[in-house]
Amino acid sequence: MNAVENFSRNPKTKSWIKHIYWSCESLPSPAEGGTLIPFGLGSSFGDVCLNDGGTVLITRSMNRVLNFDEESGIIRCEAGASLDEILRFVVPRGWFLPTTPGTRFVTLGGAVANDVHGKNHHRAGTFGCHVTRLELLRSGNRRFVCSPVENSDWFAATIGGMGLTGLITWVEFRLRRIRSTMIETESIKFRNLDEFFDVCEGSDAKFEHTVAWVDCVTRGRGIYMQGNYADSDTGGLKPHGEQPFNFPRGFPSFALNRFSIRVFNQLYYSRQLRQKTSGLQHYAGFFYPQDAVKNWRRVYGTPGFYEAQIVLPLDSARDALREIFKQAAKLGQGAFLAVLKKLGSVRSPGLMSFPRPGVTLGIDFPNKGPRTRQLFDKIFRIGLDAGAIFNPGKDVLMPPECFAKTCPNWKAFSAFVDPAFSSNSWRRLTKGLL
Amino acid sequence: MKMRIQKALIIGATSGIAQALAGQLAASGATLFLAGRSKEKLDLMARDLRLRHGVQVEVQAVTFEEPANHAAIVQRAWEWLGEMDAAFICHGVLIDQKKCERDFEQALHSFQINLLSVVSFLGDLANRMETAGRGSLVVISSVAGDRGRQSNYAYGAAKAGLTAFLQGLRNRLFPSGVRVLTVKPGYVDTPMAAHIHSLLKVSADRAARDILAATEKGRDVLYTPWFWRLIMLVIRLIPESIFKRLKL
Repeated sequence: MNAVENFSRNPKTKSWIKHIYWSCESLPSPAEGGTLIPFGLGSSFGDVCLNDGGTVLITRSMNRVLNFDEESGIIRCEAGASLDEILRFVVPRGWFLPTTPGTRFVTLGGAVANDVHGKNHHRAGTFGCHVTRLELLRSGNRRFVCSPVENSDWFAATIGGMGLTGLITWVEFRLRRIRSTMIETESIKFRNLDEFFDVCEGSDAKFEHTVAWVDCVTRGRGIYMQGNYADSDTGGLKPHGEQPFNFPRGFPSFALNRFSIRVFNQLYYSRQLRQKTSGLQHYAGFFYPQDAVKNWRRVYGTPGFYEAQIVLPLDSARDALREIFKQAAKLGQGAFLAVLKKLGSVRSPGLMSFPRPGVTLGIDFPNKGPRTRQLFDKIFRIGLDAGAIFNPGKDVLMPPECFAKTCPNWKAFSAFVDPAFSSNSWRRLTKGLL
Repeated sequence: MKMRIQKALIIGATSGIAQALAGQLAASGATLFLAGRSKEKLDLMARDLRLRHGVQVEVQAVTFEEPANHAAIVQRAWEWLGEMDAAFICHGVLIDQKKCERDFEQALHSFQINLLSVVSFLGDLANRMETAGRGSLVVISSVAGDRGRQSNYAYGAAKAGLTAFLQGLRNRLFPSGVRVLTVKPGYVDTPMAAHIHSLLKVSADRAARDILAATEKGRDVLYTPWFWRLIMLVIRLIPESIFKRLKL
């Protein structure tokens, strides 16, 4: 068995490693009669891609482009293809992903299994909203094509199905036409949460992409970033380049404390002097600022970090956010990556899909042991009282009651889980429920 | 003298190193004829190469155990490509040594695939290239063929036979201007070596880059990565009276 890591380096696991190289291959059986879970690029913050004591099935070699229609922008790729590779293929041809998470180093299969969303959720919905067909390979080598009209129940279970319904071998989805790689951006500083909500108000109607970075140390100031694809062909269709920086190994985790985080956040907030600026930015800088530094998670050292992503109903969001920031400060837990965004009402076809209308906060806390887990207990409590739900795809700590609330369909979904498939996440979240 | 590869045949095209070779050749605009065991896998590969690189790709299923059909496959590739600049022979199978010791059928299979089927393809390709007076034959042998070791001599002996065959072929074809490159990969990250965990392992892309550079330069023998030349030199220098006592 080998150590297998997700992006947040939590929890630490050991698994058997198997590979699948072709979408036409039969499904490798799990080692020693255990279970398996597909593993793409391991960019999950949560434990959905981990299977401690079982087998992880690495899909990265299965990364071929199988069909592409230049007119309609419909593309079909094997599920191990990364969004990075897909962008390199489609951008020069005048197309872009229908929506993208904050990193391009995820596989297509992972994007569907976690039904990822991005800065344009209020317009485009989740990634799953743009999937036209996919193929599922179940244990016993049963293989079937799923779409909204064909095996539609399996289609719904697989989108956001956390890789548990079987192996996704290929995915067909709709791209979005672009004229250039540039984004016309505008960023606005806000001094507190009330101002954030004011800025939000008019933004969604005017901008396709919106997101805010928020400084949780000062309890709510931040920078609101919004943008639209450039309407002219300025900048051309040159895709992104290689990652220019690599974060050094062995960064001491004690260097990341509430003081250094406070300094970082102060600098980040101050980088923009005017209250409002606008400009033209390449998509790589706009969508994937963190991808510029390879292995940036090393800033957290070996203990790694924990992320919570929570969606709060609009009416209770302000108070709940304030309370979360207050508790973090009380426990001396700073966070330099915290993101706020208003989610829209476009419904995903996914049975277990997490995003829904409201305000979402995504926040990363360095792992400081029991202190951090105590904070998460508080966050889950505050969230539940405020009628919130939590993203199981980014989670390592949520109790089953939060899960049952987030995914009320979990019981219906469990009928679609392949008997040979399981993950740390699934075992943890359904403990005492199944 | 440097040559550019514009038309190439790849046999064993679905192997890890061959896939990397095909990707790099297609990226430089080459027309490719891919032969391999599984038509299904070849089709997936061809789709990807055509779409990504806009090149022409044809595929052909091969049964390596049936040498009688090999000449027809070479003919088809030759005609479809309209001659060829290079033929890459990449197929191989690594069978567990212990199995070969217990069961002669397994050892025979190792020789059949790793040696005899390669020789059968090479015969016809060599004759055609010799007549044409140009072309490169690039064949994947192995560092395992440099010295028989207890851990994999059924595989090593087949590769040693292949290496010797290629030496003779290179010697024969030299006057005609046809080049023969013997490739001896160390540990390369491919399905064949998935069970090997070593810090010396390199990516298939790295191996493919080395192979294409050596082909274009008309080299004779390539160790990839290069330091295997030194490792194997040391291993070959150990006297047999000592070597037989080692656990290698």
